[in-house]
Amino acid sequence: MKHEIVEKNLGLMIVLIMLTISGGFLAEVVPLFFLKSVNEPIDGLEPLSALELEGRDIYIREGCHVCHTQQIRPFRAETERYGHYSVAGEFVYDRPFLWGSKRTGPDLARVGGRYSDAWQRQHLYNPRSVVPESNMPAFPWLFEDLVNHNGTAAKLTGLQTLGVPYTDEQIAYAAASVEGKFEIEALLAYLQQLGTVLPNKR
Amino acid sequence: MSTFWSIWVTVIVLGTIFGCTWLLLSTRKSQTSDVETDRTMGHSFDGIEEYDNPLPKWWFYLFMSTIVFALGYLALYPGLGNYKGLLGWTSVNQWEAEVAEADALYGPIYAQYGKTAVPELAKVGDAMKLGQRLFANNCAVCHGSAARGQVGFPNLTDTDWLYGGSPEAILYTLNNGRMGAMPAKGVMPNMTDTQVDQVVNYVLSFSDRAKDPASVEAGKAVFMQACTACHGVDGKGMQALGAPNLTDNVWLYGSTFDWIRQTVIHGRQNQMPSQSGRLSQDQIQILAAYVYSMSN
Repeated sequence: MKHEIVEKNLGLMIVLIMLTISGGFLAEVVPLFFLKSVNEPIDGLEPLSALELEGRDIYIREGCHVCHTQQIRPFRAETERYGHYSVAGEFVYDRPFLWGSKRTGPDLARVGGRYSDAWQRQHLYNPRSVVPESNMPAFPWLFEDLVNHNGTAAKLTGLQTLGVPYTDEQIAYAAASVEGKFEIEALLAYLQQLGTVLPNKR
Repeated sequence: MSTFWSIWVTVIVLGTIFGCTWLLLSTRKSQTSDVETDRTMGHSFDGIEEYDNPLPKWWFYLFMSTIVFALGYLALYPGLGNYKGLLGWTSVNQWEAEVAEADALYGPIYAQYGKTAVPELAKVGDAMKLGQRLFANNCAVCHGSAARGQVGFPNLTDTDWLYGGSPEAILYTLNNGRMGAMPAKGVMPNMTDTQVDQVVNYVLSFSDRAKDPASVEAGKAVFMQACTACHGVDGKGMQALGAPNLTDNVWLYGSTFDWIRQTVIHGRQNQMPSQSGRLSQDQIQILAAYVYSMSN
C-alpha cells in the first residue's frame, strides 16, 4: 500500500483514524457494558438509604475522595490493612463511583464498622484529638449545618431512572427521612455502611 | 464473558495486531531503496521538500519486536476473551499465592502462642512484643499508643473495667465487640431540669464532690427511679451491661458537674468494634494477653 492513497483521500483517512482510536474502546470497554460480574450487585448489596445518599454527597462536597480512595486492590499488603479486595459488583449503584486515585489518607472502601460512631465524630471534628500525627482537615461545620432535604427526592428519582432499584415509597419518604438531621449524621451513616457487604478479610 | 463477546474481543485484538504488522510491512515494501537517498516525494511547499527515505532499521525492528512481545503476552496471559493464558494467571490467584506464602511464613509465629492461656501468655516476653505491635496497628487509634484511652475510649492500663477484665471477658470483647448505650435521662424520660441537677449532685456525692449538698437527698430519689436499673442501687455499676461504677474516680466521659450533666441529658452511645473478621484467632489470643498484661 502506498502512503499516497491514504494521504490524498481524506474520507478514507478519517475512517481509518476512527477505527484506530476506537479499537481499544471496542475491545476493553464495550464488552463490560454487557458483563454480568460488572453490572449485577453482589449478594446483600442494597441501594443507599436517603440519609446515606445525602452523606455520600457531603463526602463528595468536602472532597474526601481527593485524599481517600475507595478501592482495595488484590495485594496482601492492602487486604491485610483494609480487608477483602474490592469487587466490581459492590459499585453497581455508585453514580459516579468514588474509587479515587490518590491516597493521602487511608483507603475507606471498608471503613464501615471499623471505628465507633463516637470515634468518627471526634475525628471529623478534630482529627488531631485522636490521631496526633494526622494532617486531615477538621470539619466542624458538619456538626452545625442541617442536611438540605430539598433535593433528596429528586436525587433518588434520578438514580431510579438510571436503574438503581429505589421503590416509589422510598422516594416519597426520602425528604422526610433526612429533614432535621445534621450533616455529620448523614456522613456517618454513609461511612458506617461502606464495604460492609464483604465484612471478612478473606 | 459470553461466547459472542469473547470472539468480539479476540477478533479486535488480533485484527489490530495483524493490521499493524501488515501496514508496517506493506508500506516498507513500497519503498524503492533500503539506504538513504536524496530522492524526494516530489512535492514542494514554499520551497520545503520531503525526502522519501525508508523507516530507520532500528525503528522497524523495535516495532516488530513489540508485535512479537504482544503475541507472546497474549499466549501466556488472559487477553483474548475467555482464553485463560498458558500461565493460568489471574489477579485473584496471584493474591492467594501471596497470602499463602505469608501465612506459611508468619502463621507459625502467631500459632505457637495461640493455644497458650491468656495469663501465662501475658508473661511471655516475645509474645508481648507481638501484642504491642498488634495493639499499635489495630487498637491505638482509639485507646492511644500507651493504652491510656481518652474521653469516650477506656483506659486499659488501670484495674477498672466496664465489661470485666478477666481473660474470658477480654477475649469476648475482642471477638464480638461491645455496644454501650446509656439512654438519655436513664429510664425516666420525663426528668425535669431541676431533677437532672439534683441527680448529678447525687452522683457527685459518691465521691464527696456535690456542688449543692442540699439537693443530694432529692437527687437520690431521682437516681433510684432513673439509674439503678443499670448502675445499681449503690451506683457501683454492672459489668454485664457495661454500666460503669459511679463511685470511683474513673470517668469515661469527664467527671465535672457539666460533663455529667451532659451525659445525663443526652445519654451516651459507644461501641467497641468486633475484631474477629480482621484478625486471626491466634492474633486475638496474643492481643488479649497483651491487654491483660497491662493491668496484671
